Amino acid sequence: MRIGRSVFSIIGAPALVMTAAGTAFAAQPLPWQTGFQPAVTPIAERVAAFNDLLVPLIVAVTIFVMILLGYVMVKFRRSANPNPSKTTHNALLEVVWTVIPIIILIVIAIPSFRLLYFIDKVPDDVGLTVKVVGHQWYWTYEYQDHKFSFDANLDEKAKPRLLETDNRVVLPVNTTVRLLLTADDVIHAWTVPAFGMKFDTVPGRLVETWVNVKKEGVYYGQCSELCGARHSKMPIAVEVVSKEKFTAWVADAKKKFATGPDTTPAIATAAVSE
Amino acid sequence: MNAQSHAHGAHDHTPSGWRRYVYSTNHKDIGTMYIVFGLIGGLAGGILSMLMRIELAEPGPGILGGDDQIFNVFVSAHGLIMVFFLVMPTFIGGFGNWMIPMMIGAPDMAFPRMNNISFWLLIPSAILLYASPFVGDGPGTGWTVYAPLSTSGHPGPAVDMVIFALHLAGASSILGAINFITTIFNMRAPGMTLHKMPLFVWALLITAFLLLLSLPVLAGAITMLLTDRNFGTAFFDAAKGGDPVLYQHLFWFFGHPEVYILILPAFGVISMVIPTFCHKPIFGYLGMVYAMIAIGVIGFVVWAHHMYTAGMPINARAYFVAATMVIAVPTGIKIFSWIATMWGGSIEFKVPMLWSIGLIFLFTVGGVTGVVLANAGIDYALHDTYYVVAHFHYVLSMGALFGIFAGFYYWIGKMCGRQYNEAFGQIHFWLTFIGVNITFFPQHFLGVAGMPRRIADYPDALAGWNLVSSLGSYLSGVAALWFLFVLWHTMTRGEKCADNPWGEGANSLEWTVPSPAPFHTFEHVPTIRSSAGGH
Ligand SMILES: [Cu+2]
Repeated sequence: MRIGRSVFSIIGAPALVMTAAGTAFAAQPLPWQTGFQPAVTPIAERVAAFNDLLVPLIVAVTIFVMILLGYVMVKFRRSANPNPSKTTHNALLEVVWTVIPIIILIVIAIPSFRLLYFIDKVPDDVGLTVKVVGHQWYWTYEYQDHKFSFDANLDEKAKPRLLETDNRVVLPVNTTVRLLLTADDVIHAWTVPAFGMKFDTVPGRLVETWVNVKKEGVYYGQCSELCGARHSKMPIAVEVVSKEKFTAWVADAKKKFATGPDTTPAIATAAVSE
Repeated sequence: MNAQSHAHGAHDHTPSGWRRYVYSTNHKDIGTMYIVFGLIGGLAGGILSMLMRIELAEPGPGILGGDDQIFNVFVSAHGLIMVFFLVMPTFIGGFGNWMIPMMIGAPDMAFPRMNNISFWLLIPSAILLYASPFVGDGPGTGWTVYAPLSTSGHPGPAVDMVIFALHLAGASSILGAINFITTIFNMRAPGMTLHKMPLFVWALLITAFLLLLSLPVLAGAITMLLTDRNFGTAFFDAAKGGDPVLYQHLFWFFGHPEVYILILPAFGVISMVIPTFCHKPIFGYLGMVYAMIAIGVIGFVVWAHHMYTAGMPINARAYFVAATMVIAVPTGIKIFSWIATMWGGSIEFKVPMLWSIGLIFLFTVGGVTGVVLANAGIDYALHDTYYVVAHFHYVLSMGALFGIFAGFYYWIGKMCGRQYNEAFGQIHFWLTFIGVNITFFPQHFLGVAGMPRRIADYPDALAGWNLVSSLGSYLSGVAALWFLFVLWHTMTRGEKCADNPWGEGANSLEWTVPSPAPFHTFEHVPTIRSSAGGH
């Protein structure tokens, strides 16, 4: 179910964000949703496509087992079949139900590995690097190319409740953004469902991943690794804007966050994983 | 029916009073204590889950005030209790103790006194775990007790209590595992070759090996947690050169075999129940045995599929994807072999059979979502969401728990001498079946929509499916109360159970002795009939 939602209202959003009526698109959970949030990155599109392969397969397997069970329950109930057979072996059958699952798994595995390695390889055309640091219980975003950083705390008053932050992460559209993820107290996990990705932010490790958002809008996520007393209260709000607006935002942000927090993690010897 | 199983009683020398239990070296009495212990654990863990679903029934602060710490103390206690104090004691200590010696024609377990200490170690373990939520802020770490949240994140003594509880429960299980392995290898009656053993015995044997090989690793990991917390070591402290991810590797090296420790005994139970009620030997006995062995072996080399998002080398992730998917093959062999056992049978839909069919179907549902989650590429999206919660409750709440109920209804007549009421048992099955499906199926939707696990409050848009899920859990709660009634009714009003109430389909040795099984099972070495496994 890919439902866009156009009821996002700029009212109540942080003043720093200068997007006007242009920002109509927002990705967040919707009532009675049964599918993924809309896919807005190449990764999320491939995850959705892979899911579109998996769901029919697993539904078919489940229905097949259900039909088999239903059939034997009706056909071989005591009243219909009072004299049970004594069959306990059928070599052909046993080979078949070993081989067919293997074939199904290979059909799954090939696109699965392709997707896995696609996600892992950060494209060469990185246009922006943002370092994300998880804390109990907020995120710090460090724009390393532009030498400023800021904290993003839950905005208790704003709607959507539990998803909006006082400062949003602003990213340019159609740009490969390298994300460097770490934490300085306990493990958190940074995710935006519409981006199709999630990685733990682990103290002492620096995980590299990437996003390239194809659509302007606001995207929400929540910390996804149990991190203590306010785990449900450290959301992620990403606003994706045109490149021009991004440049203007950077100029403003440099002034506004001139005395931003020092985000160098306490751990000086951060090991690079991967 | 064997003639030698009569004329008990006069020579029994059954101890009486509290000594019978506290000093017990009898596998049946110890088994009964384990089952009672498991029942208490199930009720405690069930009450916790009910409170969590009440909190989550509506967005905003609920009965727990929307407080993540309190909520996650509940989450942690619920998980630990259900794993260590419901499923493991009921299956292994309870049904295993009761049935294994009888099924292989042994007089008792190999080490009766070790059997006693195995059970009694669980009592201080339970006291520590049940008390830990009331100490300080409680252990809000999840059952995984991940560092550094469990080290620097939880200063009070609550997490230390959890660690000691796990040490004791682990020691108890290791002793139990040694006892089962020794008993099964050395005390089989003449003629009871390994390939004639009932599948429940095989399931427990493989489970015992998994326990023996995985629990020491858990013990090591939590000891390192303990010294990190209290003695200044830094195994998992990045600031001092440690690595939090190391803890995850150690934990899941135990944790993944643990999920097979929980489910293999259920496979064993329904492999007894299905042939009984189909009046037909199990299909593909050897395939079933080697599928379980394969699951046990592969179960040791897939642990890091719980850690795809933790930052492992890419080729390691690819390996764990491949290895994890391989487990689907032996699991599929088991599912199809059960169905093939039913094929051509003469099926009676008695209560144990209903639980078994329910297990086959719902375990399949949980299994296919497991195949989805095995793929790291899509697991990045689903990891730590309610999709995972739905998945593992389908394989545990519906897999392991359905296996427990199948075994309970199958053996209760043998254990207490009174048979359950068929209609009451069927009501219990249907209430539970409908309840757990309403509870857990919508959680798949919450997961793909992006709802994280282990949160006390959630965005308002997720209210709908959460309410459905909570309503389902209330129905499951009613089912649990109904089960207590069934239990009471069976114990006090149940009809006298025949030695073999199920007829010719039930051909393992426990059905050759009187109901309830006498204090000392066999006065003569029993004769093994042609086949327990259908050769
Ligand atoms: Cu967090």
